[in-house]
Amino acid sequence: VDAGALLPLSVATPLLGAVLALRRTPRAARRVGLIASVATTATGIAAAAAVWRSGTFEHAVGGWSAPLGITLVADPLAGLMLGMTSLVGLAVSAYAADYFGDDESVRLFWALWLALWASLAALFLSADLFNVYVALELATLAAVGLVALARGDAVVAAFRYLLWALVGSLLFLAGVALLYAASGVLSFEALAGALAPAPATRIGAALLLAGVAVKGALFPLHVWLPPAHAGAPAPVSAALSALLVKAGFYLVLRLGAGALAPLDPSAALEAMGWLGAGAVVWGSALALVQLRLKLLVAYSTVAQLGYLYLALALGTPAAGVQLALSHAFAKAAMFLAAGTLLRGLGHDRIEGLAGAARRMPVTLFAFGLAGVSVLGLPPSGGFVGKWLLLQSALAAGHWAFAAVAVAGGLLAAGYVFRVLAPCFAPSSVERDPVRVGELVALGLAAASIALGFSAPSLLGPLLAGSPP
Amino acid sequence: VTSLVPLAVVASSLLASLVIFLLPERAVRLRTTLNLAAAVVKLGLVGLLLLAARRGEYLETRLPLLPDGTPLLLQADPLSLLFVALSSVLWLLTTVYAIGYLEDSPHRSRFFGFFGLCVSATVGVALAGNLPTFVVFYELLTLSTYPLVVHRGTAAARSAGRIYLGYTLAGGAVLLVAAVGLHDLTGPRSFARGGYLGAYAADHAVRLRLLFAALVVGLGVKAALVPLHTWLPRAMVAPAPVSALLHAVAVVKAGAFGIVRVVYEVYGVGTAHALGLLSPLAALAAVTIVYGSLRALGQDDLKRRLAFSTVSQVSYIVLGVAIFGPLASTAALVHLVHQGLMKITLFFCAGNLAETLGVHRIGEMDGCGRRMPWTMAAFTIGALGMIGVPPIAGFVSKWYLARGALAAGEDWVIAVLAASSLLNAAYFLPVLHRSWFLPPAGPWPAESPIPSSDARPSLLWPSLITAAAALLAGLLAASPGSPLDWARLVALREYGR
Repeated sequence: VDAGALLPLSVATPLLGAVLALRRTPRAARRVGLIASVATTATGIAAAAAVWRSGTFEHAVGGWSAPLGITLVADPLAGLMLGMTSLVGLAVSAYAADYFGDDESVRLFWALWLALWASLAALFLSADLFNVYVALELATLAAVGLVALARGDAVVAAFRYLLWALVGSLLFLAGVALLYAASGVLSFEALAGALAPAPATRIGAALLLAGVAVKGALFPLHVWLPPAHAGAPAPVSAALSALLVKAGFYLVLRLGAGALAPLDPSAALEAMGWLGAGAVVWGSALALVQLRLKLLVAYSTVAQLGYLYLALALGTPAAGVQLALSHAFAKAAMFLAAGTLLRGLGHDRIEGLAGAARRMPVTLFAFGLAGVSVLGLPPSGGFVGKWLLLQSALAAGHWAFAAVAVAGGLLAAGYVFRVLAPCFAPSSVERDPVRVGELVALGLAAASIALGFSAPSLLGPLLAGSPP
Repeated sequence: VTSLVPLAVVASSLLASLVIFLLPERAVRLRTTLNLAAAVVKLGLVGLLLLAARRGEYLETRLPLLPDGTPLLLQADPLSLLFVALSSVLWLLTTVYAIGYLEDSPHRSRFFGFFGLCVSATVGVALAGNLPTFVVFYELLTLSTYPLVVHRGTAAARSAGRIYLGYTLAGGAVLLVAAVGLHDLTGPRSFARGGYLGAYAADHAVRLRLLFAALVVGLGVKAALVPLHTWLPRAMVAPAPVSALLHAVAVVKAGAFGIVRVVYEVYGVGTAHALGLLSPLAALAAVTIVYGSLRALGQDDLKRRLAFSTVSQVSYIVLGVAIFGPLASTAALVHLVHQGLMKITLFFCAGNLAETLGVHRIGEMDGCGRRMPWTMAAFTIGALGMIGVPPIAGFVSKWYLARGALAAGEDWVIAVLAASSLLNAAYFLPVLHRSWFLPPAGPWPAESPIPSSDARPSLLWPSLITAAAALLAGLLAASPGSPLDWARLVALREYGR
């Protein structure tokens, strides 16, 4: 089979699953959802493996090439993001199958979640601004719907998320319009050749990046994230925090080194780096004072996203990608573990966690293991990412960023051990039977540790290949 | 020579502990078997490393770590073998001791799981063949010992754990920055005898001095150099086998061993000397030696007195490192082993007293020599060794340290040694006097209901074996294969002889 066909399949498979899941009973929806998830993961991994084996390839959908048709491109960066989405997505599906009961919202969950998955795949494989816009819109709308599934306070959070996302979309679209007006092209490749520094193009690029920053929850545009991610059902929180918010980082990385390169975006990237530094400090500080576990984890996401922009500002995409991958697995594990605790205890107040380690040791172990990666302690993917980040900061003499990277780790230790320390209090509770979801979280956490040994082989093609 | 044996040495306890985590509390026999089997297997694998080293082959394992090609490098060179052999022998004994000590206490699967992880991390620290690998295991050691420190779960234990984490994670962050800074300067490098920074000394003197200071701070937290030592006495709330491990082989020793590595195999002792880094380090060590001993005098709690004694004794290693010349280096390296043997004996004995008689404070020790003669005999050997009474191991360390100082023209060290030995005597001899020569003051605080003439065999034997080892290491110091012989070999290598 032609490897190129894998690219449209990576998008079409979850989309088909989404449509089918809507038409069934809750029980059947779950079956359809799981089958579609396995199939989507298989195609995504196959596509990523094809990139890893033989380098960048592309596919013109329906045989129509750009500018009329849609061209999907899989390069090393897209391959890594697709692989990450496939594995974390499968884990989220496995957890959700166990998490949601047989009520009506199940069908909606599977339809929206598979639609989100399809949009993410489309986003990572897109090679032009308009497709990116469409994919990002679809992903956001699906995400808003998923947050609202939790009902209650989450509906308010979802609404707030929607408003912010609309602002982001408008900024992004305005940027696309300006750039298109100036150059007459939309594909990344053509833009990189056609854009010239001028006030209109600079403003267009700035609007574009601002839109991405809103969607990517870059401090101080992150305020929608904590209530939405903390209020959503656990598998949704995991998918949004692990995958969707990475789209912001991904687009800044791809556009900054590709389409927008002629405009020399280094000043914008430096500014985003400072915002990232603010995110690390502010997000960690707020995580330290949260009373509820899911909010703590959500603020940790705000902080961890900051590191990615530090890496971009320092011009070290390898560190950013390594951190993004590690955070995806670790944060998904943390949110799923938090969901299990919330279910089991009936609340997620941090002060009430004593004894939880006795009842659900697997879940707490998964949380701790993922915490190691989030702290950037070895051995873990987060450690390697932090090492690379620190190395480029020291090499560039950027002491402030180096200090933020180190301080962020210590603050993270503060909030992770806030959760773990009460677990050592004596208690005589019995152990609950182990659930599938607990093992899923443990698997994700173990993967975030294993990423500590994968950097040379996974990042190799990224470092060797041309800039994304 | 590439081989999987160094990896297997680390993995043996790691895999065992992963299985132990999953075991239910009541699977006592299976857990005990696994624990002992892993310890014995590790000892056997270390034996293989030693045999290969005798043939002149230093086995190594490389795993991918950083994208620039820096591997996770585990390497069995003579210096690592000295520490690996010490820690795997003492781990076996401590495992036996811990199984006996924790009989019928809760959360044993968790305890032994982290116990095994802690040993894996220590062995990794010993075998680390480059700075990034060292950092990996050094931090893993922090993570795996925290659950052991807070094991009892009391408010005091958790507060001690918080302080422990605060100090060690901050130290780890400083160490990380320093390691990355060196890596950025030199690119991927492995530890090399004689160091690898000599070529950079001329052009980057200031940077290398700053980085050295950061490395010493990062390592000094675990090595309990004053004023970074305050976590150590508080961590005494941990169960006795944990204290024994922390003080003799794992945490404190990892810090001291790191300083040895940095001075000898990163900077190179000649380069460090030329950069003027050794004198400040020696001064810091001397202050720590005297201060630790002074503070030990004032403690009534036996374990706290031992803890301050550790602060003091571990800095003998640092002092030996900081004096230029093979004799002092020999003293540093041999004390790495000798301090471990003596201090683990003392902590085992303190645990025996607490378990059998409920004795925790020195004021309660009157007459316990007659009550528990074997335990107190072992304690006496450890204590006299710490003072430096011949022919116990501690004497050999001090003798070489003094000779090394004189050879290097650092006569002031003799005064430090004399003062410290006097203080050692001042805080250990009254304990011995009380326990051997005073009659019991009354009933013991909490005597075990099972009548016995001494501690349980599983507690007593490890104490006796380590005490005997401390005695033999001193008696047989001149024979081939003794710790002294080995330390001398490593020291001469580092000076290129």
